[in-house]
Amino acid sequence: MIKVILITGRNLEQGTSKSIGKFSKEYMEKLAICELDPEDLKSLGIESGQNIKIKTNYGEVIVKAIESKQAPHKGIAFIPYSIWANLLLGSSTNSSGMPTFKGIEAIIDVAKEGKILDLNELLKEKFEMI
Amino acid sequence: MKTINNVVCSFCGCLCDDIEVGIENNKIVKVKNACSLGISKFLNYDKHRILKPRIRKSNEFINVSLEEAIDECVEILSNASYPIIYGWSNTSNEALRIGVEIAELIGGVIDNTTSVCHGPTIIGVQDIGESTSTLGQVKNRADLIIYWGSNPLHAHPRHLSRYTALSKGRFVKTRKERKVIVVDVRKTATANIADIFIQIKPNSDYELLSALRYAVNNGEIEQDEVAGVPVEKIEELAEMMISCKFGALMFGLGLTMSPGKHRNIEAAIALVTDLNKYTKFVILPMRGHYNVTGANNVTCWITGYPFAVDFSKGYPYYNPGETTIADIIARGECDAALIVASDPISHLPIESAKKLSKIPIITIDPHETPTTKVSKVVIPSSYVGIECEGTAYRMDGVPLRLKKIVDPPDGIVSDEEILKMILSKLRGD
Amino acid sequence: MKILIKNGYVYDPLNKIDGEIMDIAIENGKIVESVSGEVIEIDAKNMIVMPGGVDLHSHIAGSKVNAGRLLRPEDHYKDVEKKTNVKRSGVGHTIPSTFTTGYRYSEMGYTTVMEAATPPLKTRHTHEELNDMPMIDKACLSVLDNNWIVLDYLSKNELEKCAAFIGWILNAIKGYGIKIVNPGGVELWGWGKNVKTIDDQVPPFNITPREIIRGLCKVNKMLNLPHTIHLHTNNLGTPGNYRTLIESMKCVSDLSDGSIILHVTHVQFCGYKGYSWITLSSGADEIAKFVNENKYVTLDLGQIVFGDATTMTADGPFQYILYSLSKNKWINADVEAETSAGIVPYRFKKKNYVNAIQWSIGLELALLIKDPWRVFLTTDHPNAGLFTSYPKLIAWLMSNKAREKILKKVNKRAKSKMILPSLEREYSFYEIAIVTRAGTAKALGLKNKGHLGIGADADIAIYDINPKEIDPSKEYKKVRKAFRKAAYTIKDGKIVCKNGEIVENIFGRTYWVNVDIPKDLLISTISEVKEKFEEYYTVKMENYAIHENELLKSAPLKINSNL
Repeated sequence: MIKVILITGRNLEQGTSKSIGKFSKEYMEKLAICELDPEDLKSLGIESGQNIKIKTNYGEVIVKAIESKQAPHKGIAFIPYSIWANLLLGSSTNSSGMPTFKGIEAIIDVAKEGKILDLNELLKEKFEMI
Repeated sequence: MKTINNVVCSFCGCLCDDIEVGIENNKIVKVKNACSLGISKFLNYDKHRILKPRIRKSNEFINVSLEEAIDECVEILSNASYPIIYGWSNTSNEALRIGVEIAELIGGVIDNTTSVCHGPTIIGVQDIGESTSTLGQVKNRADLIIYWGSNPLHAHPRHLSRYTALSKGRFVKTRKERKVIVVDVRKTATANIADIFIQIKPNSDYELLSALRYAVNNGEIEQDEVAGVPVEKIEELAEMMISCKFGALMFGLGLTMSPGKHRNIEAAIALVTDLNKYTKFVILPMRGHYNVTGANNVTCWITGYPFAVDFSKGYPYYNPGETTIADIIARGECDAALIVASDPISHLPIESAKKLSKIPIITIDPHETPTTKVSKVVIPSSYVGIECEGTAYRMDGVPLRLKKIVDPPDGIVSDEEILKMILSKLRGD
Repeated sequence: MKILIKNGYVYDPLNKIDGEIMDIAIENGKIVESVSGEVIEIDAKNMIVMPGGVDLHSHIAGSKVNAGRLLRPEDHYKDVEKKTNVKRSGVGHTIPSTFTTGYRYSEMGYTTVMEAATPPLKTRHTHEELNDMPMIDKACLSVLDNNWIVLDYLSKNELEKCAAFIGWILNAIKGYGIKIVNPGGVELWGWGKNVKTIDDQVPPFNITPREIIRGLCKVNKMLNLPHTIHLHTNNLGTPGNYRTLIESMKCVSDLSDGSIILHVTHVQFCGYKGYSWITLSSGADEIAKFVNENKYVTLDLGQIVFGDATTMTADGPFQYILYSLSKNKWINADVEAETSAGIVPYRFKKKNYVNAIQWSIGLELALLIKDPWRVFLTTDHPNAGLFTSYPKLIAWLMSNKAREKILKKVNKRAKSKMILPSLEREYSFYEIAIVTRAGTAKALGLKNKGHLGIGADADIAIYDINPKEIDPSKEYKKVRKAFRKAAYTIKDGKIVCKNGEIVENIFGRTYWVNVDIPKDLLISTISEVKEKFEEYYTVKMENYAIHENELLKSAPLKINSNL
């Protein structure tokens, strides 16, 4: 288990795969991920490509851990913008209009057997009508 | 194959207008000059399309005619007490003009994705102003370029080659003549090509910006480090900023989305404003979507305010934190939503997305998204800049006309036309 | 539609009509000899009938105006407009939203407004806003004096090519005329610098402000544009700048063949004597003397009105100075290879020495300059005051008593320095008609505006005030009231406003100049310029141009150049 600061944001894969389609296989492969500094992967005792569970005060999600190509950033986890990322975020804006999409405290655990939900499964689980 | 030149790309705020597109049989088959984001859009616009309007009837989607979908839409909006019309950054000014008129007519709220993107930037500007310029000014004159909380190589890939570090200007012609500084919490791809990378502790931009401002104004910082950055580095940076001929600070969501929000922006703006005592300095926000700047401008000239405009009292009312989409939905106050060219179910925090899904949603969009999946009414539309014309504003306010390159799929019309039909029905024309 | 305005006191200075009781006949949007059949009759007995107002300098639309709106939400809260069956909602005060701007002009009987300054690269934005501005005809002046390609040509004295290029730009961006703002100074502002005199060098162009003004004056003549060059001088807002103003006017004196060749704008801001703010005094005396003796110049006042204002000009360095003095919020927005813009909120106070002197300068100029055909009523909206204050200005011009009322309240030291208290001249209704419509339309070269002759556009204002019974000198409050809300505003032969209330929402035309440039010259100039253009700018030349169908109601003036 490690404590991190969570950043959600843009990257090239997020930009290109959303044009391909949010329900495409490519989208899920590229976006249901979390980029970790190699040292953080070591602390967790896992390799790049294994599943992890990320938890914040607002929710949790299982995604694939990837070794970051934009390191070093020990203690910082990066998830590209997507529903998977937003499962971890709170709605409060502190009257600014803007929820906090970056700089949130999170805990990461290994989740070897955990399943990453695809978009349809996620929608079914979280939104009643589907 | 037919080639069309000087095409304007409709992905990000760079609004590159030098794209070459090859068409065959009403389909784009070749793209030149665009970055991977642009190429991806130009070559995949025809995938995952919604081809027919549909209405949800007892948990199942039924395809309907455009007229039926419009009728249902009008029914929902007329009966709502506090509807919100949201999205806009991925469509034309012409469409948004109609959207504002609709919001005014039904006494609802009109908001755009600025709310969850550079809204804090606008609030910061409203507090203290900003010294800015168009991008060509940076290209032609800037010898100091700073990217703060922004990773253009991933979000605005041609920014450096067209407008900043790698561009050729009248007065500054080569990369060697420019110094590039990146401030970020990670060593991003952009940081990798910078002359100086400053790794900042997360959530401490306000402190570092204030320390820089202090140093620029000749104050002596008494701590050894601020925001994880040693004081020597801060003073070196301040000196570079004062002694450049023309400095440009470009910033992104690293500043707007971390705690501090608009206060972070004010600190950045104040730093740049103070630098103008010593040299020429400008600040530019890295706007994400290709027409979010247009969305702000259209909303502002019609209502006086750039986003989050509430018409429920019959006149425009603006109070970010109250009339912004995230807050309206969190409070559970709106009872209907018209979403245009946007996917809020994907990009709002989950509890808000859930609340949004519980009210009737009308979505106008070319392709399937989580928002279309939970909507009550879905009306497919054409892509501006590919299948229909429209006006969009670059991140620095430069207005460009997007071309129509190919025809949309059969029966699909533009956002603007759909909204005109809705407006007309609402007015009882 | 046919309308007959009966029994009104008509003031139509372009046709030398001075308060005659006459009927005015309208058909199909034009003024005609007579009408018969189904005619709407307006009884204008005991009322004044004038051509619709023509404002030749106001900042109403475009990127810097909108930046001002964005900057000042606090300005909007004070003044909101609810949606009605006829009107769109909006906000007012110093920077009204577009719909509200149109309505408020129309309510005062104004029917044509010139947007004072638009940066060519962003003029598409100006036109989008003008498209959303109802009730009035409009046009925009294009800022061209710090344009890199223009400066390149002027410095090499290649005037024909410069003219061809400017003709191309005006056509491409649908502009109306050549606007000059702090020539040379705004280019230097790209480095945070400015010019101090009209003979300062502007590196790397090897040119001076004097040469820019002269060059553009010549180009204007070569293009045969309907309006003269429109000049915002160097050193605006600086104590002692009345000298710069006079030098700037003098510098083209040899270029006139007797005709008017220069318009200087918001001259109040350029009329300062003294060498510091404490020693500030009015230069109106000397300026008026020059203008009275030199008949090739027209000017507009830029009259101060006490209260809130939002300063916004293309004069980047001046706006920075104002920010430094006032410490208010400040927006600066340079436009690559062309110009700049600056915005600073401001408030003019009666008890403030400087503001009081500033207030007196505009009025002194209006009262000392003898020829009303060459001095026009403006507030450089929203810089010195709001356009909705025009009725106040009219009262000040017509009534010494109205001026005295203000003079009692202004800063006393300022008052002791002014010559205004000794000026007793009072404008007549005829002269007011000149400085608010006839003269301005003439100066702009809008032949169908500003008068009520046969064939003119039926743009008419009827004011509920009886010129035979009212003594405007004493009853200035009635004058103000009458001009604040027109009894009728008629636009293109339609009654659009009654008793200051909009009754019909219509959209006017956007005028621009379509200059006929010799084909060979145009082609060779553009092909020579294209490469440099696309090096300097960050857009393609093809995308810089605006298509005519982007204007809601395009109304080009076909101009035969002298090229």
